Amino acid sequence: MIRLEKRPTPSQTWAYLTPLVAVVATMIAGGVLFAFLGKDPIVAIRTIFWDPVFGEFAFYYRGQLLVKAGPLILIAIGLSLGFKAGIWNIGAEGQYIMGAIFGAAVGLAFYPMEARWLIFPLMIVAGALGGFLWAMIPGILKTRFNTNEILVSLLLVYVAESILASMSLGLLRNPEGAGFPGSRNLRQYESAANNELIAGWGMHWGVVAAFIAVIFAYILLSRHIMGFNIRLTGESPRAARFAGVNPNRLILFCLGLSGALAGLAGMFEVAGPAGQISIDFNVGYGFTAIIVAFLGRLHPIGILLAGLLMALTYIGGEAAQASLGLPAAAIQAFQGMLLFFLLAFDVLTNFKVRFGREATV
Amino acid sequence: MKKRTLLLTGVAAAAIATGAFADGHAPLKVGFVYVGPVGDGGWTYEHDQGRLAVEAHFGDKVETVFQENVPEGADAERAMTQMALQGADLIFTTSFGYMDPTIAVAAKFPDVKFEHATGYKRADNVSTYSARFYEGRAIQGHIAGKMTKTNKIGYIASFPIPEVIRGINSAYLHAKKVNPDVEFSVVWAYTWFDPAKEADAAKALIENGADVILQHTDSTAPQAAAAEAGGVITFGQASDMGEYAPLPRVSSIIDNWAPYYIQRVQAVMDGTWESVDTWDGIGPGMVGIGEITDAVPADVKAEAEAMRDAIAAGEYHPFTGPINKQDGSVWLADGEIASDGDLAGMSFYVEGMTGEIPN
Repeated sequence: MIRLEKRPTPSQTWAYLTPLVAVVATMIAGGVLFAFLGKDPIVAIRTIFWDPVFGEFAFYYRGQLLVKAGPLILIAIGLSLGFKAGIWNIGAEGQYIMGAIFGAAVGLAFYPMEARWLIFPLMIVAGALGGFLWAMIPGILKTRFNTNEILVSLLLVYVAESILASMSLGLLRNPEGAGFPGSRNLRQYESAANNELIAGWGMHWGVVAAFIAVIFAYILLSRHIMGFNIRLTGESPRAARFAGVNPNRLILFCLGLSGALAGLAGMFEVAGPAGQISIDFNVGYGFTAIIVAFLGRLHPIGILLAGLLMALTYIGGEAAQASLGLPAAAIQAFQGMLLFFLLAFDVLTNFKVRFGREATV
Repeated sequence: MKKRTLLLTGVAAAAIATGAFADGHAPLKVGFVYVGPVGDGGWTYEHDQGRLAVEAHFGDKVETVFQENVPEGADAERAMTQMALQGADLIFTTSFGYMDPTIAVAAKFPDVKFEHATGYKRADNVSTYSARFYEGRAIQGHIAGKMTKTNKIGYIASFPIPEVIRGINSAYLHAKKVNPDVEFSVVWAYTWFDPAKEADAAKALIENGADVILQHTDSTAPQAAAAEAGGVITFGQASDMGEYAPLPRVSSIIDNWAPYYIQRVQAVMDGTWESVDTWDGIGPGMVGIGEITDAVPADVKAEAEAMRDAIAAGEYHPFTGPINKQDGSVWLADGEIASDGDLAGMSFYVEGMTGEIPN
């Protein structure tokens, strides 16, 4: 008989090991799934995990990995700070949208003036501000009226999506677009474009910002009093209060920072890879970043790796669809397995597996 | 510009690499990028039927690849680049939102041919194609106007783009012609495919008294909602949706892409492919009218079929004046026929429609 026995303290070893075990288990279970679909599991797994990085077209895919991982990492870093302190911002998708709208609106307001030194930095500030303000709504409602930030931030995603639709059809619509929805293409506007810094490398300012955020978060958590307060509040809110941590300030700080980072991600995306404000602009980065944050154990370096891994499953998954004819649903199931196994193996962090009967005392 | 050349060099190197094993007898590789799942039973399903028809027609002379559920935006660009890198010679991108990505990728792969559905931007290696769905909408409007008892017709629209607005106007004009009391309520779903959202929209419209539901979204969810409510008729969209016949589905608009796809693949094989703008309707067979079921009274069915044949023969155009715009201003004088340019950019309702196009 198998029993689970609670560990006195969570196991450090397993905390680091579970993501790796989860990835391996996902590969095995995914391989079985692909085999049932009549595809060679080895080829499928290789197409997803190996070819994008080392295969024939790696020169293109490596850059795309950064394009896909950049916003995920940037958003997840912000979320992880709040999650560590038990502040649950689930609405990063909405903050991402608002950042994109603010950033694009500033850029389009200057069109067709050419002054990159002025316009692009202003767009960055506006993007961060847009996400920050949108996150302040659940923040202030929570600190003033003790509302639940999970619900408020989540529901504001749908509000943001409606604003996005309205912007694509109205205020920000391309006046030369023959009545079709969507803004001008910012990539074709030199002063506002967030193009690749080196062509073909995928590296754009958003990816740079993501790397800076990783370093910043690492220093904040290990060296700064705010990082200490965040960790303390997460582990023991009561102790934190005795230590003089102001919970309201911490809530506003965590929500505001995660909102600003999500807003930045949205701004870099709209001025770069996406190019324009359109009704379908958002594709779920804000939600996927939640998985990335947990897959990375809420640790900055972990999030960096998790973001790249998640991007790999997307890029490789798409490649497997096109070259092997795997259905999109199988790829989604495969990605779902990753989170499932992560949560399942997390049990090992807090519990020991024992065989045999419980000893009678 | 320097950045650009660097990327082009990389792409060219890849093209040479793939070309190495593409000897004269290698099959022509044709890629398809889909916005929904191939099993949506509507828009994407019919494009995939076109792909299968290409395979059936050319056998081992072609190899097709496809990617489904591709979001419109940066991901679409990657999907197309991926196909081009892997040696596709011709790529069909089958949603309006793929327009800018198609143009961008086409610029990097001058030797690959692209075909973009429902867009308006072309290049030397980018053609556009679409179908005159509004012809089918006219027939639906006629049947709807004749059959509604509550005089309320619900319309589930996707995005306020000219193609969708054209459909609404065409259906409304022809419903109004046979039933002056008819009223249209339009729900904007802002999605091409979202069964839950589409079902909610259908239910809301039915609760408000609509007994005819027209849809410009791709799933069969509105059909299911209508079947459940009872006493409501619907029309199959993009695909026949025949599993809901004879009620609620009384007829359908079927997108038949197969002949066009076969023709374009043939053109690439023959080396005669050129950038063109194709807009075909019932006549050339790109738009099919699904069987009108016996739930429709025989005289109405006969009229609808007569209209279908008149449109196919080019004797009748659904947008023939006099037609005023919603604000009362004159759009088409008596007997005047709408120009394709006007239709392509249509962004207004015709007179009598209530509500506003989201703006």
